[in-house]
This record gives sequence, structure tokens and C-alpha cells, in this order.
Amino acid sequence: MTRDIYRLMLPVVSLAVLLAATFWLQPRAMSYFGLNLLFNLAVPIALATIAQMMIIMVNDIDLSLGAFVSLVACVAATFLTDAPLTGMLILLALVLAYAALGAVIHALDLPAIVVTLGMSFVWGGLALTILPSPGGTSPDWLRMLMTLKPPSVPMAVAASILIAVVTHLLIVRSGIGTVLRGVGGNARSVQRAGWSVLRLKALAYGLAGLFGVLAGMALVGLTTSADANIALRYTLLSIAGVILGGGEFTGGRVSPAGAVIGALTLTLAASFLNFLRLSPDWQIGAQGAVLILVLAARLLFTRRSARA
Amino acid sequence: MITRTLLLSAAGVAALAGTALAETSDKRIALSNNYAGNSWRQAMLQTFQEVADKAVADGIVAAADPYTTSENQATEQAAQIQNMILQGYDAIILNAASPTALNGAVEEACNAGVIVVSFDGIVTAPCAWRIAVDFRAMGREQVDYLAERLPDGGNLLEIRGLAGVFVDDEIHAGIHEGVEAHSQFTIAGTVNGDWAQEVAQRAVAGILPSLPEIVGVVTQGGDGYGAAEAFRAAGRDTPLIILGNRQDEMAWWAEQRDANGYETMSLSIAPGVASLAFWVAQQILDGQEVPKDLTVPFLRVTQDTLDEALAATPEGSVANTVYSLEDAQAVIAEAQ
Repeated sequence: MTRDIYRLMLPVVSLAVLLAATFWLQPRAMSYFGLNLLFNLAVPIALATIAQMMIIMVNDIDLSLGAFVSLVACVAATFLTDAPLTGMLILLALVLAYAALGAVIHALDLPAIVVTLGMSFVWGGLALTILPSPGGTSPDWLRMLMTLKPPSVPMAVAASILIAVVTHLLIVRSGIGTVLRGVGGNARSVQRAGWSVLRLKALAYGLAGLFGVLAGMALVGLTTSADANIALRYTLLSIAGVILGGGEFTGGRVSPAGAVIGALTLTLAASFLNFLRLSPDWQIGAQGAVLILVLAARLLFTRRSARA
Repeated sequence: MITRTLLLSAAGVAALAGTALAETSDKRIALSNNYAGNSWRQAMLQTFQEVADKAVADGIVAAADPYTTSENQATEQAAQIQNMILQGYDAIILNAASPTALNGAVEEACNAGVIVVSFDGIVTAPCAWRIAVDFRAMGREQVDYLAERLPDGGNLLEIRGLAGVFVDDEIHAGIHEGVEAHSQFTIAGTVNGDWAQEVAQRAVAGILPSLPEIVGVVTQGGDGYGAAEAFRAAGRDTPLIILGNRQDEMAWWAEQRDANGYETMSLSIAPGVASLAFWVAQQILDGQEVPKDLTVPFLRVTQDTLDEALAATPEGSVANTVYSLEDAQAVIAEAQ
């Protein structure tokens, strides 16, 4: 339990520091309206980060997530609006495809990094087929959901808290979540305990597919329409978000709340650099520097707690 | 005494600037740009900077700041636009990564009372202004020109841009309309040159062995020189290649003209269109009635203007013009 708190402390502190710096630089951000503008585009990133976390949880990595979210966005902006039932079925099929992918990767003992890299071209090609040129419209209910103005707490903040709580209950508190993390920690003993690792991996990938679908839908709700390349940067952002949020690449050591906070931190870091008026040539470098800084701090923390 | 001179000169400036300019002296304009990685965009940013600095120095606007996203991604640019709303800009001029994916952010800006003027890469959000390029016409005119020069027709090679980008779709559609109108031409092959010389050269070199005799190459700009190099390397006759105003293309053209009387034409959009967008935004802030859809004129280089255009274009850049307030007013008047 204390380790979990340690794991979560650093992401929380980094977000708080960055938020304070942003408010100091741009006081207008310190309002209902401002917070929403700062964070609403972080909601799909947070969902994509949770999707990536499901894969990292079972010791794999997903390089196709950005292309997958783009594909979902294209489906949501076309089929889901024009023929809701077909749209729903396609999205369901995509989630099942993800689960099947997990099963295949496990059954044939394939490296996930290679399979998902290959799949990224499949998703990208499908997205281009559905939407050869940018367009489509978001379903009205999705647009309404993403532009809700709940009293006192901006939609972006409320949604982030909701995502964190739901996934925390699912992954950290529930029995099946513990077993799933066990697959990443020690697959052999999970198998000896009588679980089918094949099914568990399919479940983990299926959950990733589900959150990938949610990410794509949230994105379309915000942008109002789609584009086959719309979410390509989510692949790397989601990996960075998981790690920034206290997750590790191996051992099933992940934190859903941390992943959400990691996604918010990454979004905020970009805005912060924008407010600083840093030249774009330096921005990618500076974002990298923020990442390295947080990871270095984490190393110091874990070393100290190991010694204690 | 000093105060008095200052007052006098201030009055003088105000009188010179006229009423149209005084209205916007406290307004701030931001440029949201999605990409800076080619010669066209570099020239665009430079022209904007020149015009913006002068406008700020003259007191026409309070600030005009350019921002470029680092990864050329729509989601990143949407965040950038939302940041600009927070920074309190009065107008955003926008070269968009996607015509549709930024609409959510653009609507947020409009709702916050920010004027949004998109140009080159336009957005479809109804509340934004669009300074569009008629890319279809650009494709059509290439084939029209070829029909004039090669009345017998023949096989064409089409070099397209980056797949999935709407500029590419539009020029491509225009070229097809042109080929339909001039049925003596057939498109024998299509490659994606990504608007870059090296990519175009590789792609053309790859497809050439499988092609019959090619009489003309229709392009999208930034790919003409690469195509010419690929034809030369394959030992084939140089066809009539339509060029896109890049310096290396025009230099190659001049060289060929001097050597063997090569004739072609070159057309593209001047990167200075950013300065046109700046003045249009200034006019809207000034309270002028401006239609939502405006059209940018093409910049055309012909056999007669080649030497002049080549001399004025720095190496690695693209032929350019800087638009003035009067040019913007003319474009607005034409659309009304």
C-alpha cells in the first residue's frame, strides 16, 4: 500500500507544480472556462493512456494505438452518425479484434511490438478507406456530452476524475484486475493457479480496445469531425503518460489514477511551453526534458524508499 | 517642449493612419501555424514576421505573434488554439493541419469572441473566415496549359502530394476534371511525391520503367525538379513538367531554357498569403464587413517572368509576393 502511495505521489506533485507555474504565467487559466480549455483535449489522451496501460500491464507495448484511435474517430464521425447501429457494431468488432490480437500474440508467442507496429498500418489504411479526405460530423449526443457544462467543476476535470476512479476500481480493487496485473508480474504462477493466460491476455487487449474506442469517440466529440491522421501522436503520448504516471514497462506495476494524471501533465506541459513562447524547434526537446526530469526524480524516490 | 513635440507627432501619425487604423491599435493577433518544415512555410513565416513587425511598429495593432506546432498534428494545434483564447488574443489567423479536426477549438474561439481567419489550410467551421486557394482550378489549369502546348495529347504522369491531405485531393480532382475535358490525355501513372523533391525523385524513378512514353508531368509543387532528375537518370527524354515556383525548379528551368529552349509554366500560392490573412483579420477587427469566403490569387511564373522571379527568390525558397492592406481590400471587394 505504501508503495502505491509513493507511486502516485510523484505524478501528483509534478502536476501540481506545473499547474501552479501555468496559473502564474497565465492567470486567465485559473477559471472554470480556463481549466476546461486547458484540459478538455486531455480527456481523449487520458483514455488512450488507460488503453496503453492495459497493454503495458501484461508486459507488452502497443505501437498502433494512435492509428487505432484515429480509425475509431473516423468510424464515429461517419457510421455512428449516419447509421448508429452499424457504427456500434463496427466499434464492437474493433474491440473484439483487439482481444483477438492479444490472444494471437500470446498463443504464437509473437513480440507485441512488431505485431502492433504492423497493425498500425492496417488501422491507418482502414481509416483512410473510411474517410479518404477529412470530414464527417460528430453525433450530436457525443458533441453534447463532451461540451457539457456541469455546475462548479469543468467537464474536463470531472471526466478525468471519473476515468481515474472507474479504472482504479477495475484494475486495482477488483479481483480480476489483480489477476490481470499478475499476468504482467508472474504469468507462470497465474497459470499454475488455474487461470488461462490466453484468456487474460485477450481480456487485457480487449479492455485496451474498449478504452481506445472511448478515446476516439471523446476526440470526435471535441473536434466535431475526423481525419485519418487525427490521433497519430497518441501512441507516444500514451506510453509517456503511463510511465509519467508511475507505471513501469514490466512486472504489471501500473497505476490507473497515475496514468490519468500523467496524461494531464503531458497536455499541460505542452500548453505551459506554449505560454512561455518557446520556439517550436525547442518544444519537443523541452517536453523530453520534462519527462526526463520527472523520471529522474522518480529514480531518486525509489532508491530512497528502497534504502529505508 | 518635449511633450508638445510628442503630442504633435502622435497627432501626425494618427492623421496619417486615418480612422481605419486607429480602431485596431489595441488589438492582438496570433498566427497559429501547423508546420514549418519546408521552404514554402519558412518563407510564409518570414513574410508574416516582416509585415507583423511593421504593423506593430506603426501602431496598427498592439501585437502579432506567430506560433508553430512542433509535430504538425491536429490535436496539438487544437490545444494551441485553445491556449491562444486563454492568452486573450483578439484574432487568430490559422493555417490548419486539418480542415475539420480543429472545428471544435475554432468554435470555442468564436464563442469567446475571437475572430478566426483561416488561410491556405482552411477550416470548415462556419464561424471562421476562409482565405482559400482554388486548388481544383490549379489542377485544371495545368492540363489546360498542356492541351495548348501538346494538342496531340499523350500519356501523363501525375505526381500527387501527401495522401489523406485535402490539398492533395483537390488538386488531384482538378487534374482529373482537366483530363476529362481534354480527352487526348490519359494518366498513365500516379505516384505520391509528398511535395518534396527527394521523395518525388525516388517515386518517379520507381515507376518509370513500367511506363510508356510520357509527354507531360502534372504536379502539385515541390516535386517538379525531382521528377526531372528521375527522367534524366533513367535516360529518358524530359517531358513537359509543370513546375511549382520552387527556386530549384526555376533554376533548372532557366538552365534547360538556355541549353535547349525548354518551355513550361509554373504556378503556386505565394507564401505571402499569410500577410493577406493578417490584413484581412485587421480589417475584420476594424469593423469592416468581410464575406466569410475569400479567394487567393495564384502566383504564376511564365517564360517571360522567369528571370525576374528567379532573381528575387533566395536559394531553397519559393517565389513570393508580400500583400499589402490595399491588396487585402481588393480581395475583400472582389468577394462582395
